[in-house]
Amino acid sequence: MTDTLPAAQVDAALRPPRNQWRDVWDQFKTHKGALVGFSVFATLLVAIVLGPWLWPVDPKFIEPNAVKMLRLRNQGPSLGYPFGTDQLGRDMLARMIAGGKVSIAVGLVAMAISVTLGTMIGVLAGYFKRLDGPLMRVTDLFLALPLLPLLLVMVMLFRETLAGLMGPELGTFVLIVFAIGITSWMQSARIVRGEVLALKEREFVLAARSIGTPPRRLILRHILPNVMSPIMVAATLGIASAIITESALSFLGLGFPPDFPTWGRLLFEGVEYMQQFPSRVIGPGLAISLTVLSVNYIGDGLRDALDPRIRGR
Amino acid sequence: MLTFTIRRLMLAIPTLFFISLIIFLLLDLAPGDPMSQVPLTVPPEVKAKMREALGADQPMVVRYVLWLKQFFVVEPQHILDNLLGTHLAGGSQRILSWQSRSPVADTIAERLPQTLTVIGSSYLIGVLIALPIGILSAYRQYSWFDQLGTFIAMIGFSVPTFFTGVLLIVIFSVNLHWFPSIYDTTLKVTDWASFGRQVRQMAMPVAVLSLYNAAQISRYMRSSMLDNLTQDYVRTARAKGLTERVVVLKHVLRNSLIPVVTVIALGIPTIFAGAIITEQVFKVNGLGALLINAIYANDIPMVQTLTFIFAVLIVLFNLVADIVYGMLDPRIRYD
Repeated sequence: MTDTLPAAQVDAALRPPRNQWRDVWDQFKTHKGALVGFSVFATLLVAIVLGPWLWPVDPKFIEPNAVKMLRLRNQGPSLGYPFGTDQLGRDMLARMIAGGKVSIAVGLVAMAISVTLGTMIGVLAGYFKRLDGPLMRVTDLFLALPLLPLLLVMVMLFRETLAGLMGPELGTFVLIVFAIGITSWMQSARIVRGEVLALKEREFVLAARSIGTPPRRLILRHILPNVMSPIMVAATLGIASAIITESALSFLGLGFPPDFPTWGRLLFEGVEYMQQFPSRVIGPGLAISLTVLSVNYIGDGLRDALDPRIRGR
Repeated sequence: MLTFTIRRLMLAIPTLFFISLIIFLLLDLAPGDPMSQVPLTVPPEVKAKMREALGADQPMVVRYVLWLKQFFVVEPQHILDNLLGTHLAGGSQRILSWQSRSPVADTIAERLPQTLTVIGSSYLIGVLIALPIGILSAYRQYSWFDQLGTFIAMIGFSVPTFFTGVLLIVIFSVNLHWFPSIYDTTLKVTDWASFGRQVRQMAMPVAVLSLYNAAQISRYMRSSMLDNLTQDYVRTARAKGLTERVVVLKHVLRNSLIPVVTVIALGIPTIFAGAIITEQVFKVNGLGALLINAIYANDIPMVQTLTFIFAVLIVLFNLVADIVYGMLDPRIRYD
């Protein structure tokens, strides 16, 4: 009985246990699209965060001298203005950086609201049988709402009021983020509910319940950590759809106020001039598309990397 | 099957009422005045009279019930009268637009054909492109065709339609002058020349929307085919000596189409929402443009009616998808 194990197995047994997140990262690295998406998104983020220091031009600056201003309008790309200038002579590069900040901030905050709401409703519906029926009915009702028309109506109706309360920038931001958040939580609620329903029947939950763990701690300590992977995937894809929705609203002229750039707003302004200056629409459009594409690829890779059945193969 | 259908129908009715209440309350509680477009020089007592004539001074419950009655009873009666020449409706009050003071339904009927031609043909083309792509990329999984298809599908649903539309305009109408950038709704198709012009002006909006639709449907088709290709009955069919063509196109395709058909039905109402943006890009004078204009003009009856029509479409096609699924796949009927 003193057979020696093969050297490889001993080696594997002696190696320190690996961190779960390192495994996830190793699997994530094998997905080429996800890796490219991750680096593109990281580059965009760095550009937007560091942009104002590297390119310290005020995106709202309009030349006060009228003659100079007229001469500065609608310039093509040059050394002084790498992305050209707009119809009021404002620097497009600075506006793109400022716009990206708002667009991505909207995406992140709206995603946070929608995922929090979705997780809460999903966990409640999955864990408490009494709440399951009513909550899922509400979810179905929300799925049957015409979302884009309702979003447009909400923005149009409440924009003035909120702008009066919190100022035009913050008011619109809160309104848009909130509106996108409460119209996009349904998918994550459904996914989380399904996962919770399955988890609830597992032995470790039964064990935890049999030693008298109250529901609150059971949910927070045992169930939530186990539904983290689908939530993370839903969150990643949520950023992408929130960015698209915000730019769609801005593109229809129902987003942020005119002097407050976002990528969608820049595209909307550029459309009027696209016959003469096509670069004005291609810049912001490309930025939106690249961000959404890279975020979608990250979500794709994350889905594979977080699935223990695929990981390690 | 009948019980299943009836139960689905019964579920759809409270959903519709609830949605109508949400839409009504959202528009009703929001600040906004039907008189905001009326010049300030009009004296207040005249404004009060105008408000009364529009029914805007009644309590909320009365207005909600009245609106429901108008939407579900009066308007269908008027539509029937127009179609058949009867006099069911008599002189009953219709839903009037605050913008034009004319019945909402008439304006919608004017705009509907444009939206339907553009959206209908783009959805049809999208489905027709998506199905073969999905089948082929599942059959040759991980081939270059599959990889390319996956990449294009990813681009198709990542790049927003307002950017693909603008990009197409820049390339094909600004630089190449192939297609007009603005959709001309007054164009009447009478001969081959005008038909050619109609096709040319529809080319770009249809291309944008069908790329977006095809991207999603081809993915569903692919995964559904992949699920079925590994089933035992496929091996049996091959073992019987059936040709590969019969195995894939008859046995596998029929079974894989079941979930895809419901996805196609569920997608129909969402493309109306997508059309709001595309219509704005190409200046198509359809329902989406009507909605945007009504929102800008604070025309609440028009916005309510249009939004509710979109909601009815969603509920209707959910119902259709459910029933079709029940018909195609007896396992899920549980009646």
